[in-house]
Amino acid sequence: MSYDIMVLGSGPAGLAAAVAARGRDKSVLVIGGRWQDSPLAKAERVDNYPGLPGRTGLELLEEFVRHAQALGTDFVVGKALSLLAWKGFSLTVGSQVCQGKALILAPGVVRNAKYPGEAEYLGRGVSYCATCDGMLYRNRPVAVVGLAPDAPQEANYLRSLGCQVTYVSPLRPEGLDKDIPCVQAGKLAVKGEQTVTGLEADGALLPCAGVFILRRAVAPTDLLPALETEEGFIRVDRRMATNVAGVFAAGDCTGGPLQISKAVGEGHVAALSACEYLDANPPAGA
Amino acid sequence: MIHFNKETFDKALAEGGLMMVDFWAEWCGPCQMLGPVIESLAEQYEGRAVIGKVNTDEEPELAMGYQVSGIPTVIFFKDGREIDRKVGVMPPDAFVQVLEEHL
Repeated sequence: MSYDIMVLGSGPAGLAAAVAARGRDKSVLVIGGRWQDSPLAKAERVDNYPGLPGRTGLELLEEFVRHAQALGTDFVVGKALSLLAWKGFSLTVGSQVCQGKALILAPGVVRNAKYPGEAEYLGRGVSYCATCDGMLYRNRPVAVVGLAPDAPQEANYLRSLGCQVTYVSPLRPEGLDKDIPCVQAGKLAVKGEQTVTGLEADGALLPCAGVFILRRAVAPTDLLPALETEEGFIRVDRRMATNVAGVFAAGDCTGGPLQISKAVGEGHVAALSACEYLDANPPAGA
Repeated sequence: MIHFNKETFDKALAEGGLMMVDFWAEWCGPCQMLGPVIESLAEQYEGRAVIGKVNTDEEPELAMGYQVSGIPTVIFFKDGREIDRKVGVMPPDAFVQVLEEHL
């Protein structure tokens, strides 16, 4: 199904955008991780959100989600892996393709720092998608760099395909198949010649043919390389419009202060601007 | 748009000319997304370039042979030799640029 507006991110900015866009009767799809995994969920007490002092981050998030749901917002839980800006916008989440006519980026702070060798060997042994590329590494050694809550499941999946998996992560994960060896390391570098030959983990080389780097989210600038940033944040105007037509941004991804009220306000503005954009650019043949 | 197997792929490659091949698989979301882009380019360049797809699941030998280690991967050939490759989802312009340069 194609939506009027796709919102990437299920935190306060994304949910406020959904509420505002539903108020203008646009169909809205919110794509994001489990809201319980939002960084805000860790806040023990929020005292500066007007009218609702003393709530936990989790309580506020739950109310925001309920509000957006009650107004008819659709949700897809998962990580957006790739984006295509052609005839509107398409996003892939796992093996699912979602489509929309306008896009609001509200993923929070997503760092796009890469490991040495990562960009160089992307598509030549470095992969971000176990579902997509796992089959290409059957019966071969692979390293899974687990930086996301669902990374252990992805590692288990790769093992079930027949990959020889080693899990690499700064912390020991929960839910990892007990037969998968786990290396605790933080300083990583991808090594290779024509293609990947190994992963260096805290100085020790793990020989492997593939390195699956599984982060919590893909940075917006990796999804949409044309996106302009300023000091690491997405550049927007007062309407929360980015430099790409039909793409708006809101919340922490546009810069500080990293506060709920600011995110909510920007989400609201981004949604109204997206509605204006849709009304000014009706689809061909409509 | 051509769906290659090993035999038809080798034949097309032997004929020379400009060729663009999308290595993909059913289970791969980004590949599903790129599919319509490849199809539209196949239409646009009909008669000028050979544009087709290889299902890596059905033709693992071709995928291995060209060291395809992430999909979608689009490989360009001219006169039977690889001249360029693009990995991941990209808008049509990225492919048009390569095609135009080598036509």
